[in-house]
Amino acid sequence: MTTGNILEVKDLSVAYGKVEAVSKVSLSVPRGSIVTVIGPNGAGKTTTLSAIMGLRPSSGRVTVDGTVETVPEVERMVVRGVNLVPEKRELFGSMTIEDNLLLGGFQRHRQGHRDQRDTMEEVYALFPRLRERRQQAAGTLSGGERQMLAVGRALMAKPTLLMLDEPSLGLAPLIVREIFRIIAELRRRGVSILLVEQNARAALQAADYAYVLENGAVKIHGAAQDLANDPRIIESYLGLASKHQERLSA
Amino acid sequence: MDDTIFLLLAQDGITNGAIYTLLALALVMVFAVTRIIFIPQGEFLAWGGLTMAALEAGSFPGIAWILLGTGAIAFAMDLYDAGRRAGRGRSAAHLARSAAWNLGYPAVLAGVVWVLPLGALPLAVKAALTLALVVPLGPMVYRIAFQPVAEASVLVLLIVAVALHLAMIGVGLLIFGPEGSRTSPFSDAMLDVGTMQIGGHTLAVIAASAALIAGLYLFFGRTLLGKALRATAVNRDGARLMGISPAFAGRLTFLLAAFIGTLSGLLFAPLTTVYYDSGFLVGLKGFVAAIIGGLGSYPLAAAGAVMVGLLESFSSFWTSAFKDVLVFTLIIPVLLWRSIASHHVEEDE
Repeated sequence: MTTGNILEVKDLSVAYGKVEAVSKVSLSVPRGSIVTVIGPNGAGKTTTLSAIMGLRPSSGRVTVDGTVETVPEVERMVVRGVNLVPEKRELFGSMTIEDNLLLGGFQRHRQGHRDQRDTMEEVYALFPRLRERRQQAAGTLSGGERQMLAVGRALMAKPTLLMLDEPSLGLAPLIVREIFRIIAELRRRGVSILLVEQNARAALQAADYAYVLENGAVKIHGAAQDLANDPRIIESYLGLASKHQERLSA
Repeated sequence: MDDTIFLLLAQDGITNGAIYTLLALALVMVFAVTRIIFIPQGEFLAWGGLTMAALEAGSFPGIAWILLGTGAIAFAMDLYDAGRRAGRGRSAAHLARSAAWNLGYPAVLAGVVWVLPLGALPLAVKAALTLALVVPLGPMVYRIAFQPVAEASVLVLLIVAVALHLAMIGVGLLIFGPEGSRTSPFSDAMLDVGTMQIGGHTLAVIAASAALIAGLYLFFGRTLLGKALRATAVNRDGARLMGISPAFAGRLTFLLAAFIGTLSGLLFAPLTTVYYDSGFLVGLKGFVAAIIGGLGSYPLAAAGAVMVGLLESFSSFWTSAFKDVLVFTLIIPVLLWRSIASHHVEEDE
């Protein structure tokens, strides 16, 4: 199967106790595309990704590549080719960059694939800086390098769907541009991407399709380009950001 | 005290210290990966020694029944879980593997032990059989007692560990009886070094401990499985995102811990008479050593273990009634020093 949706989420709800953080969110990621979820702080973006990945109990239906995962479970999602780069990166700080990358290929290794060295070369080609520092402990890296390592580690699993949670958070503008360049490059290589971002401008530029999440529910969705020109979006998400962006690039 | 006595005590201390080192390393490892303070570590030592003794006596070891029963419970739990999560492709293969390990393996092994002429077997085969009988209990015990509460607090895990320890003492009494046993040493040879005689078994203990430490070092430093366990210890959530499940890491860690415990039992049983409840005291000494390393440092735990061994051996010469008191009192200055010297460690990431 080469067409259709790599990921389909239907009526996903997540509750913390009695408070519903995400309610009936439905979204889909067509194969080979970049889909972004934008929205303000606390809208439930991270919670949605965690629930899809199986890190949090949820109700609803998650379909990966045509197969329904009744109860998403992290290890199973990794086997299915879904990988998450979490907002907190979750690196193995005291271990070397190379070990971090090797562990990214853990599940593939368990399934009998022995191409980890080749994949690692590909990751090093994408992020030459990681190769330079491969024997360094991950905990000693700068913020940008950590993000590169987190993405590289996820790529070691050869994901069909890569979920990125706030990849630009806390990074210098130059690094942010680098990260988005990599995201575009990954799509060219056939990786489908679900991108959660607060940097709405950059996200809408990179993505094909976008969902706007507010108070745990999808408020608007549509082609990324249309949303970028939608007055409601410009006012709420791009207005301030664009001024901010101009200041930064000036 | 003259030189001869000094050397004899030092030799004794280092021999015991080597065994405490193994237990201390296992405790540090189990705590790092699973956050469990593994009180029953000593029980594996006692069960290892006593199983070896039963095999030497030529009688069918009762532990085979325990292995069969524990495996059956572990499988039943896997079956129940699979039923609750029905509808997922993985569960059939998962169950088949569980059945093979928890039902098939114990049954085959019990059959083999049943037909073998146990008393007539060479020492090495008996030692291997002991390992084959006792070590698989490690992952089974993890499955039954800890996997369902793996996300609980350290305190809850500790309470479960204490309960497991008490249960294992009771089961130990049931299958091994109240009598103690002492097994024959791995080697009766005596080596003369100057004025000192070094027993062959002493050398065997030190060599086996050194080999195991080297093996662990290579396992954690070079293999992907070892790195996966380290990753779980460093960052559980990060490890899960790589597909390393905490249950998998827990079972693997308990397999290693049970192996280390049983092997220490094989080394320990020729040194002194082992009873069904001997494990606790020995394990506690390993624990003191692990605490000296702050439950986090392998080299410090090993150094602490040798220190505990030496302190015990010399205090048994000067004031034998107080030897355990002295060893356990050691923990007070160590805790004081650690509470003053240690700083708050920031979490990775």
